[in-house]
Amino acid sequence: MTVKVQREDFDPGAELDALTRGKTAIGGVTTFIGYVRDLAGGESVRAMTLEHYPGMTERQLEAIEAEARRRWPLDDVLVIHRYGRLEPGDRIVLVATASAHRQAAFESCHFLIDWLKTRAPFWKLEETPEGEHWVDAKDSDDAAAARWEGRSDGA
Amino acid sequence: MKVLYFAWLRSKIGVAQEDVAPPAEVRDVGGLVEWLKARSPKHAEALANTAVVKVAVNQEYVPYDHPLSANDEVALFPPVTGG
Repeated sequence: MTVKVQREDFDPGAELDALTRGKTAIGGVTTFIGYVRDLAGGESVRAMTLEHYPGMTERQLEAIEAEARRRWPLDDVLVIHRYGRLEPGDRIVLVATASAHRQAAFESCHFLIDWLKTRAPFWKLEETPEGEHWVDAKDSDDAAAARWEGRSDGA
Repeated sequence: MKVLYFAWLRSKIGVAQEDVAPPAEVRDVGGLVEWLKARSPKHAEALANTAVVKVAVNQEYVPYDHPLSANDEVALFPPVTGG
């Protein structure tokens, strides 16, 4: 179980190799990778700066990971989230879940990214041709996270 | 008590953190936010709509009726937008 909050880019292939190396109980890994888009809400985005709350970010990500491991039988979990200034096409976040079986890997990965988006203390400042603005939280993200409320076994 | 501001709360108020010593009648998060509003017009504007001001005390999410003590680290920030 690993949480990394970093300014630098990451290499998804190398991260997955490191996650699974020598762990032959793993039958499958699900990954989610989030990227910076060049269009958001109809506006073109030149870049975005991700701010976070050092200390609380790591605590929240570790709590979210612990909840995933409580709900599903996972062999390992990796969450990497970047901060700082990023441009369209840059990777923002990686969530990888490893389990003996695909259902636990798929569901826990989906759960982790949904919960992360509503609980991990990150904020996006977008640079557009009209100037800079802070991104508003989306009701659809709250709804996506709420789907997992009260589900204790992932079923 | 240390108060931290993030995202547009930080840019509106103009500082990332401040050390404050609220009076004894400020007992909980809600009381602190009301007391902070009186510090400057920038504070008042940034904290006007508490529906979009989330709070963490010592790096854990808390509701507005959460009690405070002198050595707490209190963070005020908008709803998060990571991922």
